[in-house]
Amino acid sequence: MTLADQLIIAPVVIPAVVAPLTLLAMPRRRGLAVGLSLAGCVAMLAAAVALFGLVQDNAIRSYALGGWPAPFGIVLVLDRLSAAMLVLSSALAVVVLLHATLTAADRKGWHFHPLFHFQLLGLNGAFLTGDLFNLFVFFEVLLIASYGLMLHGHGAARLKAAVGYVVVNIVGSALFLIALGVLYGVTGTLNMADLARRIALSGAADEGMLRIAGVLLMTVFALKAAIVPLHLWLPRTYVATMPVVAALFAILTKVGVYAMIRIVPLLFGEDAGALAWMPSPWLFPAAVMTAVIGFAGVFVAQAMREQAAFALVGSTGTLVLAVSCWSQATMAAALFYLVHATLAGAALFLVADVTMRRRGRYDDAAVPSPRFSGQQATGLLFLASSIAAVGLPPLSGFIGKLFILQTTAPTSNWIILWAVVLGTTLIGGIGFARTGSILFWKASPIGADPVDSPNRSNADLIAPMILIGLLAALTIGAGWATAQAQATAAQIFAPQRYIDAVLGSLLR
Amino acid sequence: MSLEFLIASAIAVLTAAGVYLSLRGRTFQVVLGLTLLSHAVNLFLFATGRLVVDRPPLFATGVTDHADPLPQALVLTAIVIAFGMTALAVILSLRSFLESGSDQVDGLANPDRGEGEQ
Repeated sequence: MTLADQLIIAPVVIPAVVAPLTLLAMPRRRGLAVGLSLAGCVAMLAAAVALFGLVQDNAIRSYALGGWPAPFGIVLVLDRLSAAMLVLSSALAVVVLLHATLTAADRKGWHFHPLFHFQLLGLNGAFLTGDLFNLFVFFEVLLIASYGLMLHGHGAARLKAAVGYVVVNIVGSALFLIALGVLYGVTGTLNMADLARRIALSGAADEGMLRIAGVLLMTVFALKAAIVPLHLWLPRTYVATMPVVAALFAILTKVGVYAMIRIVPLLFGEDAGALAWMPSPWLFPAAVMTAVIGFAGVFVAQAMREQAAFALVGSTGTLVLAVSCWSQATMAAALFYLVHATLAGAALFLVADVTMRRRGRYDDAAVPSPRFSGQQATGLLFLASSIAAVGLPPLSGFIGKLFILQTTAPTSNWIILWAVVLGTTLIGGIGFARTGSILFWKASPIGADPVDSPNRSNADLIAPMILIGLLAALTIGAGWATAQAQATAAQIFAPQRYIDAVLGSLLR
Repeated sequence: MSLEFLIASAIAVLTAAGVYLSLRGRTFQVVLGLTLLSHAVNLFLFATGRLVVDRPPLFATGVTDHADPLPQALVLTAIVIAFGMTALAVILSLRSFLESGSDQVDGLANPDRGEGEQ
C-alpha cells in the first residue's frame, strides 16, 4: 500500500486530530487554537484536492481499516463522487471558518473550533465510508457536533429550536437503525458492495422485507435532506442558529441527497430485479412539493435568514427532481447543481450575517431602516447571491438549471418538471427582489441618521466575496465541471465496478 | 409461547408506547418516549442475529452452529449513541424549561396555566 493510498483516510484523521488540539489550546492561547483550526481546515482542503486528483484515473479505491478485508472489516471507498463531495465540504468549511474568525463569531463560546472540526469529521466520514452501519455512526458524529454548533452563542429561542431539532433527529436515527437491522437480518451483511451483490441475488421471498428496509432508509435520508413533508425542522433550526453556522449547515442537507445518490443506484439499481429504482414513484412527487414549498417560502419570507433557509429547501427540491429521474444524464446535471446549490445557500446565509451585523436593532427583518455602513457593498453581495440561488444568468445557477432542463427533456415527467423548475425560479426571483428592494433601496431616506452599528470593519465582506468568486469560477469553468459531473455519473451508474473494487479479492 | 413471539411483542409494545409518548406535548414525556423507542430498536437489532439458545458466540471445537456475534457489537454501538443522545435531550429540555418557564416542546406557554401567568 503506497502513501497515496493512505491519503484516503486523511480527511477523517485530520479533523480528528485538530479538534482535541484546538480544545486543549483554547483556554490558554486563543491565537494558537484559531491558527491550528484554520491550518487544519486548509490541510483538509489540500488532502481533498489531492484525492480529487487521484480519482481522475477513473479507478475506485478501497481502504480496509485495520487491514481487515471486506466484507468483514469496515472499508472506506474513494470514487469520483466521494472525492468531489470532500472537495466541496472542505472548501465550504475553509470559507465559513474564515468568516467565523474574522467576525469573532467563534468567540461567543469556548467550543466553536472543536465542534466545527468534529462536524467535518462526521461529514468526511459519511462521504468516504463503504459500510452502512459506519455511515450511521458518521451521521451521528455530524449530528452531535451540529447540535453543539447550533447552540453556539446560546439564547432562549435557540434552545427551543434545538429541542425540536434534536428530537426529530433522534427519531430519524431510530428509523435508520431499524432499516439496518432489517437489512442485516435478511442479507447478513452491512457492507454496501456486499449488500448490492446479495440484494441482486435475493429471491422473491425477501423482496418485501428489503423493500421495507429501502423505504425506511430513504425516509431517513429524506429527513436529513429536508424533503417535504419532512422539511419542517429546517427553517426553524436554521433561523434560530447563528448565520455563519447555518452557512456550514448548507452542506448537511446535501449529505442526505448524497446518501440517496450513493445507496439507490448501488443497492436498488438495475440489477435489483423487482426492487430496481424502488424509491422513484414517490421521490419525484416529494421533490416537486419540496421545490414548490421552498420557493413559496422564499416568496413570503419576512427576514433574510428565513428566506435563505427556504431557498435551501427549494434548491434541495430542484436537486432531487433531477436525481429522482435516475438516469446517467440527469444525474450529471444534478451533481453540477448540487455543488452550485451548496455554495449559493451558504452565500445567502453569510450575506444575511453581514447585513445583520450592520443594521443594529433592525437585524435581518425585511423592513425599511435608516442607512447603514457598507450598504452598497452588502446590497451588491445580496444581489449576486440571490441571482445565484434563484438560477438567473450570469452565475452558475442558470447553467445548472439549464442543464437539468436539457437532460430531463427526454423523460416522461418533463412537463411537470419543467413547469416546477421554471415556475419556482419566477416566484423565487420575485421574493428575492422584494426583500432586496426593501432592505437596500427603501433603506435610505436622505438626511436620516444612519444606524449606529458597532461594526466598523469591512473584514466580514471577504468570505461572502470568496463564495461569490467560487460561484463565478464554477460558471467560467462550467465546461470542465460538466465533464467531471458526467464522468462521476457514469461511475455511479456502473455499480459493478464499485462492487469489484471493494470485494475484488473475495470474488476472484 | 415461542421466544420469537415474546421478543416481537415486547418490541411492539415498546415501540407503540415510545411513538405515543414522543408525540406528546411536554419534553419530559417526549424524552421518555425516545428512551422507550431506543430500547425497542436495541432489542430489534439484537434479534436480527436470530434467537438461538446454548450456542457458542464465535468458535468452539466440535460445534458447527454458532450464535451471530455481530448484532451484539451493533447493539453496543447503538446503546452508547442512544444513551448520549438521550442525555443531551434531557439537558436541553431542562435548560429550555428553566429559560422559558415552560416544558412544552414548541416552547409555548403551558395551556393550562394561561398566557398571562408566564
